[in-house]
Amino acid sequence: MDTKRRIRFISAYSLLILLAAVLFASGLLLGSSSVTPSEALDVILGRAENLSAEKIIMNIRLPRVCAAMLLGGALSVSGILLQTFFGNPIAGPFVLGISSGAKLAVAGIMIVSLQSGMALGSFHMITAAFVGSLLSMGAVMLISGRIKNMAQLIIGGVMIGYICSSLTELLVTFANDANIVNLHNWSMGSFSGIDRGDLSIIAVITAFGVSAAFLLSKPMGAYMLGEAYAKNSGVDIRLFRILLILLSSLLSACVTAFAGPVSFVGVAVPHLMKRLFGTARPLIMIPACFLGGGVFCMLCDLISRMLFAPTELSISTVTAVFGAPVVIAVMYDKRRRS
Amino acid sequence: MKDTILEVKELSAGYGSKAIVSGVSFTVKCGEMLTLIGPNGAGKSTLLKTIAAQLPPVSGDIVLNGHRLTQMAARDIARSVSLLLTERVSAEKMTCMDVVDTGRYPYTGRLGILSEEDRKAVREAMELTSVSDIADRPFSLVSDGQRQLVMLARAIAQDTPILILDEPTSYLDIGHKLCLQELLRALMSEKNTTVIQSLHELELAQKYSDRIICINNGTAELSGSPDEVFTDSQINSIFSIKSGSYNSLFGSTEACILNNETPQVFVIGGGGKAVPLYRRLGRQGIPFAAGIIPENDVEYSIVTALTTHVISVPPYSNANVESLNTAKEMMQKCDTVICCNDLFCPELCRYASDIGKLR
Repeated sequence: MDTKRRIRFISAYSLLILLAAVLFASGLLLGSSSVTPSEALDVILGRAENLSAEKIIMNIRLPRVCAAMLLGGALSVSGILLQTFFGNPIAGPFVLGISSGAKLAVAGIMIVSLQSGMALGSFHMITAAFVGSLLSMGAVMLISGRIKNMAQLIIGGVMIGYICSSLTELLVTFANDANIVNLHNWSMGSFSGIDRGDLSIIAVITAFGVSAAFLLSKPMGAYMLGEAYAKNSGVDIRLFRILLILLSSLLSACVTAFAGPVSFVGVAVPHLMKRLFGTARPLIMIPACFLGGGVFCMLCDLISRMLFAPTELSISTVTAVFGAPVVIAVMYDKRRRS
Repeated sequence: MKDTILEVKELSAGYGSKAIVSGVSFTVKCGEMLTLIGPNGAGKSTLLKTIAAQLPPVSGDIVLNGHRLTQMAARDIARSVSLLLTERVSAEKMTCMDVVDTGRYPYTGRLGILSEEDRKAVREAMELTSVSDIADRPFSLVSDGQRQLVMLARAIAQDTPILILDEPTSYLDIGHKLCLQELLRALMSEKNTTVIQSLHELELAQKYSDRIICINNGTAELSGSPDEVFTDSQINSIFSIKSGSYNSLFGSTEACILNNETPQVFVIGGGGKAVPLYRRLGRQGIPFAAGIIPENDVEYSIVTALTTHVISVPPYSNANVESLNTAKEMMQKCDTVICCNDLFCPELCRYASDIGKLR
């Protein structure tokens, strides 16, 4: 690796870390009730005198901004895994209907549990989301079969997304009034309402998923030249593909279980990172996508709650505004080059 | 005596349980170049992919350096056989050097970070294929020829005793085709690499390979040295050449012969000067006769591929009375005579001019 490239990588990483720090701090300080930086520092260091500030930061803003950071990262890493799997730059958990599958499964289990009066733990939610993700992933793979056509794959995914969404709507229609409010908020997608217990589960799953993905960066690099060359390099293709599916489903399921469906992050962030770093090497890209996804989601979350405060927008409303044009740009780019 | 590096025994290759090629047996010696030829769809690629462990064999055995291929670990295969395929690869946002780097995969650690030794192998491979100057350019933006050379550098960087290439020259212009084959020969003499390839260019196969196997009708129909395999009739029959013909001496092809039609033009040729004219007449579908040409003349095999009306004399002999008379008779029947060579047989040109048909 020559020096020029190394400098670019280092500056790009530095930029991302700086942005992450700024957005993290803004996430803690900005909001309907303002907190000064020194108050925030006191709270974090555990010597707060202002009790309301402590409550706001520790119970609301800190979990929220952490969730946005971790789940955003998880979502974009899930996206880059799917793009590798399908050899398709616009594959992503939301576009392929995988998030919607998870949403359907979680909605189902929520309604069942609320009706039977059972308390629903995070573990159940994640399991349901994971199963839902895998099911819709299976459906997408059945549709795509051996077709490498980018457009057909995406159309298949979008259709599965619609089917899952309409089934979710159906469930919501027949749910009790009390359930609906709960479900409705969640199914719109938001990083709010995540408590510290949830956060530790999110942290464990994300840490596991992202590190496992990082360890896959070597075969991912070989796979970029296509299956035949990867196999010739000694990659166990079957195992590798299974790991890609399991990891990407786990990461996107974790996001859907806690924040509901979040659109376009999985496609937009990897693409932006490739542009920023000027490479697609997975070894560089996976940490970059994790950081970039965090930055992207913290920014979108901040916008969603600040823009029309005190009214909050759903997170997908904001991510779609930024993410969808990137998808269009990728398609345009592809077409122009071929 | 060189050692055997690869042994293929009664191999059937195909997809699933359906064999496309079967009953193929051969051995390859270290440092040899083996070329598979055969018509489109004969199963050359399938066979190569099976030997490269991309496809499991339908039946039969492949023994690599004394080990059965199906029982070898993926990493060991990767260190023994490298591959160059025809399919275009899309390597998004990768520089040419990144592509070559992937060849070192079987030697790197868990994260695939290249050591100094790996870097050296990559540099050397790129120098050998003379693509060092495009190392930092995006792979997707270089020409087809360069792309193929980069992919070859990748295979060379993999540093394997066997190199398998499936139609490596398909997208290349004639300059790059030759360059690639020369490179392979250089690699063979430098590193004693064994090359197994499939080619559509028979002339290249004939000139560069040590051994040829001809895949046709689902099996290895023919194998041997280029001299044994490349005879006109064998090639014409294997490739079912009905329109046009193949010339094993020059390794060249000629268009369709114009049979049994009364010639309209008589060409006085010889020494190769009339070849472009023959081909032009053939292209335009104008029946022609040619003479007088000694049978060892460079033109002889080309003109006989293009017309049946050739007046010839035995090798190294001059035009005799008999041939002159035949030629003059033929000229009478033609509308025009074109003289491309008045040195071999000046009398013919004079005669043509006398009867007023010389142009």
